Amino acid sequence: MRFRTVHLPLLRPKTGVGEVMRQVLYALAPAAAVYVWFFGPGLLFNVLVAAVFCLGSEALILRIRGMPVAPALEDYSAVVTAVLLAFALPPLTPWWVTATGSIFAMVFAKHLYGGLGYNVFNPAMAGYVAVLLSFPVAMTAWLPPRMGDLDYEGLSLLESLGYVLAGRLPEGVTLDAITRATPLDSVREGLREMRIFAEIRTNPLFGDFGGRGWEWIDNFIALGGFWLLYRGIIRWHIPVAVLAGVLVPATIASILQPGLVPTPGFHLFSGATLLCAFFIATDPVSAATSPAGRLLYGFGIGLITWAIRTWGGYPDGVAFAVLLMNMAVPAIDRYTRPRIAGHGRST
Amino acid sequence: MTAPTEGLSRLHGGLRLPAQKTHSTGAPIREVAVAPRLIMPLGRKAGAAARPLVAAGDRVTRGQRIAEGRPPVSANVHAASSGTVAAIEDRPAPARDGGAVPCILIDTDGDDRLHEDCRPLPDSITRDPAALAGAVEDAGILGLGGAAYPTAPKLAEGLGQGLEALILNGAECEPCISCDDRLMREQAADIVSGARLMLTILGIRECLVAIESDKPEAWQAMKAAVAEAPEGIRLVQLPTVYPSGGEDQLVRLLTGREVPSGGLPADVGYLVHNVGTAEAVARLAASGEPLVSRVVTVTGDGIAEPGNYRVRLGTPMADLARAAGGYTERAACLIMGGPMTGVSLPHDDFPVVGATNCLLFTREPPAVSGEPERPCIRCGECARVCPVRLQPQQLHRHAGPVDEEALALFGLDDCIECGCCDLVCPSHIPLTRSFRRAKAALRLKAHERRKAERARHRFEARERRLSRREQAARERQEDVRRQAGAEAIREILERRRRGRGDED
Repeated sequence: MRFRTVHLPLLRPKTGVGEVMRQVLYALAPAAAVYVWFFGPGLLFNVLVAAVFCLGSEALILRIRGMPVAPALEDYSAVVTAVLLAFALPPLTPWWVTATGSIFAMVFAKHLYGGLGYNVFNPAMAGYVAVLLSFPVAMTAWLPPRMGDLDYEGLSLLESLGYVLAGRLPEGVTLDAITRATPLDSVREGLREMRIFAEIRTNPLFGDFGGRGWEWIDNFIALGGFWLLYRGIIRWHIPVAVLAGVLVPATIASILQPGLVPTPGFHLFSGATLLCAFFIATDPVSAATSPAGRLLYGFGIGLITWAIRTWGGYPDGVAFAVLLMNMAVPAIDRYTRPRIAGHGRST
Repeated sequence: MTAPTEGLSRLHGGLRLPAQKTHSTGAPIREVAVAPRLIMPLGRKAGAAARPLVAAGDRVTRGQRIAEGRPPVSANVHAASSGTVAAIEDRPAPARDGGAVPCILIDTDGDDRLHEDCRPLPDSITRDPAALAGAVEDAGILGLGGAAYPTAPKLAEGLGQGLEALILNGAECEPCISCDDRLMREQAADIVSGARLMLTILGIRECLVAIESDKPEAWQAMKAAVAEAPEGIRLVQLPTVYPSGGEDQLVRLLTGREVPSGGLPADVGYLVHNVGTAEAVARLAASGEPLVSRVVTVTGDGIAEPGNYRVRLGTPMADLARAAGGYTERAACLIMGGPMTGVSLPHDDFPVVGATNCLLFTREPPAVSGEPERPCIRCGECARVCPVRLQPQQLHRHAGPVDEEALALFGLDDCIECGCCDLVCPSHIPLTRSFRRAKAALRLKAHERRKAERARHRFEARERRLSRREQAARERQEDVRRQAGAEAIREILERRRRGRGDED
């Protein structure tokens, strides 16, 4: 009798890339819901616009590259990029800004390097930095959180949509009137004006650790991160190292200069620290790949983030930190190879 | 079963796999009737085959030597039953590369007469290490764990190495396979006496018998058998983790020592033999019968009566399948060995050989048509499960068009092809297959390099020879010319002298 020959092992993996990416999206969903609760529906428009342009430009470039389109779109990696980019952008971002970031992320950061698996840079961060440098003003449209005691002048769903699509605000409302500096911005400005951190913190925008509202989003981001760790979608090395990279220098600085620098807790719960630790830096394609390498990579991101926040020209430094460490990955991977069984410690 | 697994070293990586053994472990080992025709391959590879001692038409009896091995690459081959040699011809071997090897075909006569030289080994042999080692070599005993390396040279590796202990491998960590499990349950005493014979050959006293924790019955049987043996033989329970039964992994688990890259367990003081091999040695001592049979697990949803069968070497797989109740409608694939490291065979006309520990008849693997293969996303899950601590994601990157330097850096040669990485890859990349191919490509490259090197040497030698010859010819000419020149000068001088003389 004849038999069909197959390749072994006969057993097949239980998960797939699509499943992994979907889990990442599920893990972000609660944080997204909290985001919308505090800052209005802007995030949803960002997600929608980014997803349309990420998927669209990926499909287009796959066609141009003569590669099958459907399997690549089904892996959900473009959607994850879109969602991370949407999280990075202010809630009120004109659609063309989001679209530019999405196209840059997909075309330049991802496919010009060879597509999924070959991109050197984290596509979402590359896209974000492209628009941050190109449209700096649009990147400041952050809103105050919807809290009972703040004079909150939020936009309705339709009004937000009107701004995102056509740049139109309701009669008598200006962008300056509804946007606020982020806590990181306020701290930056405050410290520059030689005020002490404790005083800056008395601003009603601040909560227990970081910005009000933001703290809650960050809690849910951490929750999503723990979910991914529990499911084995990500491993502990990068998140722990990123957090250590931010917290260790922040702790040392706040011991050396108490009151003059932000507390470690503020660093942890402001800006994109937690999002970076669990969702951005953990992008496996552009991260270092050995356990030791991932510790080094993560710590570098944390450290550079802290350094940019402390001395740099931007309030947050996550995106730059990630891109800088992306460049270091080949070297890190080469020098952090695990010792292979049967080889001496020296090799 | 609360046997000691503490005190064991930790194995990096590995996987807990569904055992799928219960279908075949329920019934005792069944003896399979001698097939009408036996196909006895004379080795695993064509170049290393044993030399036939019989010709077509010769009558042979069970246990008669029909081919002389070329140790260490091939062992003696013995007729697995009595009958007539029908032919000696090349046949494809049941192996991954599947090249043809010379085979002796025997038409059996049904009498199954034993050769008259097959007598129980006397004490003078079983107590003399050298004589016993010779008897094992003569009997053509092979490692029955799946690699089928000749046992005698492997025992010889341990001699003079200051061995600490012999390790008997009863881990049987790969799913579906249960022949060692059943053998330990049913013939524990034989295995222990085989171990003692091996210890005699090696001149040591210590023996560790390693059994995975999912074989409580085998553990009990072996415990009882070991209790009756002199001290020195010890059972060790292994965690049920694949691939704890890999030779280097087993040494690591039991002793904490790492077999050096490219080395052998003997380099760190251990020798690993399969429990089935020990039983074959005991059988030789007790009855004088050389290696003519082995236990094969026949299992899978494609076979009607899964179980363990003692079958003569050379029995066509189709005959063995018939003895196991025949195929069900699900039999679409035939795997020799386990589902992780086995070989997918195209038909069942292959003979059972020493390496045939299991025949798995199964439907086609389900997910072939499921998720497509995608690019590697460097998630590193493969590196987490690699028992050798390789980074398959990095190897894969350099295995497409092979980058020899990078592959060496990331340790391609250390890959044991266990298949763990394949099972956790979210991109569904057949990593093990690509590493196997990369190894083959590098071997070919090295071979071609050697060939080119040889050709270059030959060419250079020829050039040297030719230029030497030319040089010699030139020198001769030069000589002639010089001589001729000298002569001419002499002549001129002579003439001038004469001329002057004339003037005078």
